[in-house]
Amino acid sequence: MSQFILYKGNTRGHANHGWLDAHHSFSFANYYNPERMNFGVLRVLNDDLIDGGMGFGAHPHDNMEIITIPLAGAIAHKDSMGNTAEIKAGEIQVMSAGTGVSHSEFNALADVQLNLLQIWLFPNKKNVTPRYDQRALDVAARHNNFQQILSPNSEDDNVWIHQDAWFSLGKFDESFETEYKIKKAGNGVYAFVINGEVTIDGQTLSRRDAIGIWDTDQISFKANTADAEVLLMDVQMEL
Amino acid sequence: MQTTILYIGRDTEITIVMNRLLNARPEWKGICVCTDEEAISVFNEQSIDLVLLGNGINHECEQALKSKFDSIKPGIKIIQHYGGGSGLLYGEIMTAMN
Repeated sequence: MSQFILYKGNTRGHANHGWLDAHHSFSFANYYNPERMNFGVLRVLNDDLIDGGMGFGAHPHDNMEIITIPLAGAIAHKDSMGNTAEIKAGEIQVMSAGTGVSHSEFNALADVQLNLLQIWLFPNKKNVTPRYDQRALDVAARHNNFQQILSPNSEDDNVWIHQDAWFSLGKFDESFETEYKIKKAGNGVYAFVINGEVTIDGQTLSRRDAIGIWDTDQISFKANTADAEVLLMDVQMEL
Repeated sequence: MQTTILYIGRDTEITIVMNRLLNARPEWKGICVCTDEEAISVFNEQSIDLVLLGNGINHECEQALKSKFDSIKPGIKIIQHYGGGSGLLYGEIMTAMN
């Protein structure tokens, strides 16, 4: 029997620092809710709005798989591995922090607000050698389809990480229905609605709502509006 | 009441950041070191409430440290610190101490 937990968008942690307007799906920085610590190995889902030219100066990370998906605008990234890059909407960036890495992230544009999702997963192996990757995604391939954008397999298209996790993005026409099969027995799915309204396993979700589902091998999906856009995170439930 | 926290991690830059973060809150006192020898010395000399294990500590060192700390102060709380910065720190410490 499947189990689920709803995360309404307006119950997320919120911190407005002026240049940064952040919503935290799970406890992060000064937002602490013991009921919202993680969903399996998914530990952080931050939905950040960053003013033009502003951002995070050099800061360290370790032992975390960090995935960044810009929804609007572009990120200017620089790290201690020697990478200098710009990641635009329609692309994905991944960083395995491992033994330690330092990086900075800024809004690359002076006059356009940057909106990004930053996702942290606990790794399945500690103290790996830090690594960086970014890919341009084929945005057309997610029309009425859950397009896999991340997996544990380096041979797969798009990016990979040190964790038994699969991410998919989909953009759907109104009334489109489909099913999503969970990639690995025991994994759960955290579905985050980027835009529009959808119904997942009978639960209606609006923009920025989410649902976590586990103890099942598939979920049902229906788009209720024409602009429905969803990120599925198929993640290991055991820490 | 102040919580005294010992952080051990191999990366010097992260250790400096952790020292700043832990000592930025009046309710915490942070002592941050990079080597196991320093950690054991601090643990012997001060009353530590919580140990955070940071980056780069291999399995053997982790087990040895846990065993040593538990022999000095049975039941001491020892947790893994992930992330290397402020994002998860408050939640980790709150969860451990409550």
